[in-house]
Amino acid sequence: MSITFGRFSNQPAEFGKFGFQKLNWHAVIIAPNLKSISAIVPALRRGVEMPYEELNKESLLWMYETMVTIRRFEEQSRREADAGKLRGMHSSIGQEAVPTGICAHLNEKDYVLGTHRSHHHCIAKGLDINEMMAELLGKSTGTGKGKGGTMHIADINKGMLGANGVVGSNIPVATGVALTAKVKGTDQVSVVFFGDGASSQGVLHESMNLAGIWKLPVIFVCENNRYAEATPFEYSVAGGSVANRADGYGIPGVTIDGQSALDVFEVSKEAVSRARMGEGPTLIEAQTYRYQGHFGADDPLGYRSKEEQEYYMSRDCILMLQKHILDGAYANETQLAAIDMKCIEAVNTATEFANNSPFPDPKELITDVYVTY
Amino acid sequence: MTQAQTVRQISFIQAINEALRQEMHRDPDVIVMGEDIAGGGEREDFQDAWGGPMRLTKGLVNDFGRLRVRDTPISEAGFVGAGVGAAASGLRPVVDLMYVSFYGVCADQITNNAAKMHYMFGGKVKVPLTIMTGIGAGTNSAAQHSETLYSIFTHFPGLKCVVPSNPYNAKGLMAAAIRDDDPVIVFNNRQLMGLRFEDNVPEESYTVEIGKSELKTQGEDITLLGIGYTTRVCMEAAALLEERGYSVEVLDLLSLSPMDEDAILSSVKKTRKIVIVDEDYPRCSIATDISALVAEEAFDYLDAPPKRVTPPHTQVPYSRPLEALFVPTKEKVLAAALEVLE
Ligand SMILES: Cc1ncc(C[n+]2csc(CCOP(=O)(O)OP(=O)(O)O)c2C)c(N)n1
Ligand SMILES: [Mg+2]
Repeated sequence: MSITFGRFSNQPAEFGKFGFQKLNWHAVIIAPNLKSISAIVPALRRGVEMPYEELNKESLLWMYETMVTIRRFEEQSRREADAGKLRGMHSSIGQEAVPTGICAHLNEKDYVLGTHRSHHHCIAKGLDINEMMAELLGKSTGTGKGKGGTMHIADINKGMLGANGVVGSNIPVATGVALTAKVKGTDQVSVVFFGDGASSQGVLHESMNLAGIWKLPVIFVCENNRYAEATPFEYSVAGGSVANRADGYGIPGVTIDGQSALDVFEVSKEAVSRARMGEGPTLIEAQTYRYQGHFGADDPLGYRSKEEQEYYMSRDCILMLQKHILDGAYANETQLAAIDMKCIEAVNTATEFANNSPFPDPKELITDVYVTY
Repeated sequence: MTQAQTVRQISFIQAINEALRQEMHRDPDVIVMGEDIAGGGEREDFQDAWGGPMRLTKGLVNDFGRLRVRDTPISEAGFVGAGVGAAASGLRPVVDLMYVSFYGVCADQITNNAAKMHYMFGGKVKVPLTIMTGIGAGTNSAAQHSETLYSIFTHFPGLKCVVPSNPYNAKGLMAAAIRDDDPVIVFNNRQLMGLRFEDNVPEESYTVEIGKSELKTQGEDITLLGIGYTTRVCMEAAALLEERGYSVEVLDLLSLSPMDEDAILSSVKKTRKIVIVDEDYPRCSIATDISALVAEEAFDYLDAPPKRVTPPHTQVPYSRPLEALFVPTKEKVLAAALEVLE
């Protein structure tokens, strides 16, 4: 079988570079202890030396532009929500690096499945932001003709098999997508994103077991943004690690710094490679942070301190990538500012497109329920 | 109650909260579990961060502590099943299933265990479990967060199902559900939570009997039957019909299983016409069941076939103009009633 790699991985990763073959790789990461948040990042750094060797100018700038597009899109969708055009939405601000670093290795034939908080997954997978914004506003030009809305954005042509409002619900679906690839003998990869909260759903365990015994090309990506609604991670996850759970299923589980696009890029390159080459599933726990409230009007200061927020926001994924780009002279400040302008304009265009689009025709109420009926 | 007495008005949310608090005081075996029903995990600075997604459980953790007010991980199969086990072994758990659509995650525990244990074990085991869950469209929340799935639970022998329509019966039905020795599901419509009600809600604890409907208005020409939020829609439609000179009887069903068949039949035998207004899907539904009941038991009394006002057989749309077409409205009820009357 000839293997097609993704946007930026033109050859397989060298297996085991990050210790994927050693199942206890993640054990070097000290489980973050709330009382000393500042211990997390140095601990992550100690865990592994990231070589970043594949990260050339093209891939760095693609990641930068993708992440800035997500940020600008989310800022605008919040404004649209505040203006009452949608009831509310789950913002992905702060979490841009996770899907971006992973989708850098995917192509349009690969699949991504998301959650209630999925705008960033969709943008990283290359969905049209005009259609996305239109979907948010319930317009007929939206990705789902306005029927699904912010929690159900999908574009099968781009390999986005949908955001899902039921927590954990997409994990087995992604496993089934990987089964298709296996049965059909393609080299497609299926990536499912889910939250730290979702890791408590039984289907994660059933899916990891299935994928483990069948060696399916699925990557389970837990975006551990430290909260499920108002419930902190350390309360709801026994054992203090999601990645650890892979051990029981004999699949690699890794914890990474999800604020570092570079780390996400490197580690997911190996995971995607493993999947493409038939080596089976990987579980990645990306440590990240949700900047805004859970949904709509939720004030996160009801359950977390300002100090904690400031700490996490000081490690902003976009600013960190920006620093890497500038330090390595891959681009200068003017060039990065131009990228930002381009993203703002694209989002403005999307907003105009969405606002000027018509609502669905009333007869759409009963269409698309079945293929035939 | 005379006019002179002051009316105590509280919200739907406060009513449920009050029932929970009073039952927890009455009976130390009552515990409450669910996602973010307190919130903040065990962080001392952030006790009761949410008090429930709809604030139904606000303050309970402060009064009763974390032993009895338990935040759960997002593991519906786990904690609803744990509710069944706790109920079967001596507690009276109230489990919050945030939105009814998530029943899919824990259906096995509800329909195979909660519903069947009493029967399978020869009546020797009781499962006094209460599940409270949110229903209803109209909030721009799309197909997975807007369903009004109660009919499906009435299909199962062994489960009791109640749907309050105002703060008075919300409080009384919640208390009754908790005291009941069978598993009871309380379906709370989210639209009702934001509304103001005129009804008097006594401060002291009381129950509203499970299995009984309430006649909201008496009339001669037609019966409008409502369930939860649609009772309100029926009342609005009744006002429009009365402007046109009709005398309307509005029956608030309140309890779907057991169902107050006698009240439905005696109303329809009097008015000879019925419009059943239900926001659940129309197939194999409680509205369809009521229609069958009326057709079978009151056929000779009817001047017109029973009429149902329900959404079409489709998903709940996200887009607001489509969602507005999905739900039963007073205009739709009026049109259906006029069709039956004329
Ligand atoms: C099965 C199910 N239970 C509960 C909910 C309500 N809910 C929506 S999002 C959420 C928290 C999810 O937390 P996490 O998985 O960490 O994702 P995050 O919101 O942090 O992105 C909850 C409890 C739901 N949508 N589905
Ligand atoms: Mg989370």
